[in-house]
Amino acid sequence: MSIAEIEKEIVEEFALFSEWMDKYEHLIELGKALPPFDPKDKTEQHLINGCQSRVWLAATYENGLVYFTADSDAIITKGIVALLLRVLSGQAPQAIIDAPLDFINQIGLKENLSPTRANGLLSMVKQMKLYALVFRSSQ
Amino acid sequence: MFNINKIRQDFPALHQEVYGKPLIYFDNAATTQKPKAVIDVVNEMNSKTNGNIHRAFHYLGNLCTERYEAARETIRRYLNAAKKEEIIFTSGTTAGINMLAFSFGERYVHTGDEIIISEAEHHSNIVPWQLLCERKDASLKILPVHDDGRLAVEKLPELITSRTRLICVAQASNVLGIRNPVKEIIAIAHAHGVPVMIDGAQGAVHGGIDIQDVDGDFYVFSGHKLYGPTGTGVLYGKEKYLAELPPYQGGGEMIDTVSFERTTYAGLPLKFEAGTPNYTGAYGLKTAIDYLEQTGWDNIHQQETSLVNYAMQRLQEIDGVHVYGAAQPKTSLLAFGINGIHPSDIALLMDKTGIAVRAGHLCAQPLMRRFGVQGMLRFSFSFYNTKEEIDTAITALIKAKQLLA
Repeated sequence: MSIAEIEKEIVEEFALFSEWMDKYEHLIELGKALPPFDPKDKTEQHLINGCQSRVWLAATYENGLVYFTADSDAIITKGIVALLLRVLSGQAPQAIIDAPLDFINQIGLKENLSPTRANGLLSMVKQMKLYALVFRSSQ
Repeated sequence: MFNINKIRQDFPALHQEVYGKPLIYFDNAATTQKPKAVIDVVNEMNSKTNGNIHRAFHYLGNLCTERYEAARETIRRYLNAAKKEEIIFTSGTTAGINMLAFSFGERYVHTGDEIIISEAEHHSNIVPWQLLCERKDASLKILPVHDDGRLAVEKLPELITSRTRLICVAQASNVLGIRNPVKEIIAIAHAHGVPVMIDGAQGAVHGGIDIQDVDGDFYVFSGHKLYGPTGTGVLYGKEKYLAELPPYQGGGEMIDTVSFERTTYAGLPLKFEAGTPNYTGAYGLKTAIDYLEQTGWDNIHQQETSLVNYAMQRLQEIDGVHVYGAAQPKTSLLAFGINGIHPSDIALLMDKTGIAVRAGHLCAQPLMRRFGVQGMLRFSFSFYNTKEEIDTAITALIKAKQLLA
């Protein structure tokens, strides 16, 4: 699926919830379902700055596609991580760099979560795009 | 008589909804809401009584000068300082500490000297001293904290050496809420000939201090935590020290005569108040102190103690909750953790139900490390809070915990 298609799917999924608490509950479930992160990767190098909770992000590059793994010690943050991984992991570097990530606005994540810096949503996105940039230039 | 309903009417900010839920504000240690008296006086000065102070030949300037100096007198009385000249207006606690770190450092700190702070300090009472130590090639020594949150004051005498120039500790911890034995600390320091700065950010709001009784050499606090306007604060210093310290900033107000060859400085306190001061804010702060005195410090103390004790009891009913720093006496805040749950998750969910709490390192990372955690949750109460609000918050907390488990 393309980034746009996955984003559309997520927007529809979140549209089912009218209450913010239900959206959070969904995020929490996504966080709990995130595949385990290799403990060996929980290093300073993979730690993202700008989050009040700790977020680790690692990336690999195979056959022209970028694969991300990530983890957080806060479960809501982990839910956001899960969404970003769903959209961006397994995509080509250029597609990741160009992704407008409108779904963040459309499901109300940006207005509700980013201003406090508590979850470091923007730092995460920036770091994922940086990985893509590095992989693209290594081609 | 203390009438909570009447008190709450004095604070307009308490009567609002966030995310469609009535606001419950439990982040009072970060900043307090303002009584209408303060809002009105700041509004009046911005809309009418405004003129730059001290050198004016006109009515408004004179009136503002009178108000500014009246504010200084109120603060002198509030701290029981010996002289008005010992009260310097700043923009807050952080500004006061930085000012002192610079001026005191220039005068008294040299290569190889030492500054002592405690392990439980706010970053604002750590970083300015680190910067000073870097500038002067001096070193920072740390007074440790016991498991129950008390400062290990018994270790202070062995920490003090002939190179110790200043000891800086909080009157009360912004994380643990424990009131530190500042009088005892000052007595030990003075026995070794070392002056002490008390960070009153979390103390001024709970009745202040009798600075002459404890014999403190320097004291700093913020106005915005004391129900006053943001951007206000005070640095108190004993005259014998302030007179010796060089100015921190140069500019208007702080001069006596200026020529290109040489400038002489104004006397205290203006030597440390370069530029147009925040006279509107200062008068707002005076108004806040007047309001608190009318409300009665005994009433405030009684209400806040009853709230913090009740919250402690309710929190301890919840499985997996651990309150940090059991030692007494406490101010009106509690920092706690919940087994297996990240503080920021709880705070985010509580926010959605209209409850403002704080989560994270609480601007005290060394203390977080001391307790082996990344962060904590903090409820901090004001006398305008109620037990019903605590009940609502506990219900929300339990629900959030279930959701996250």
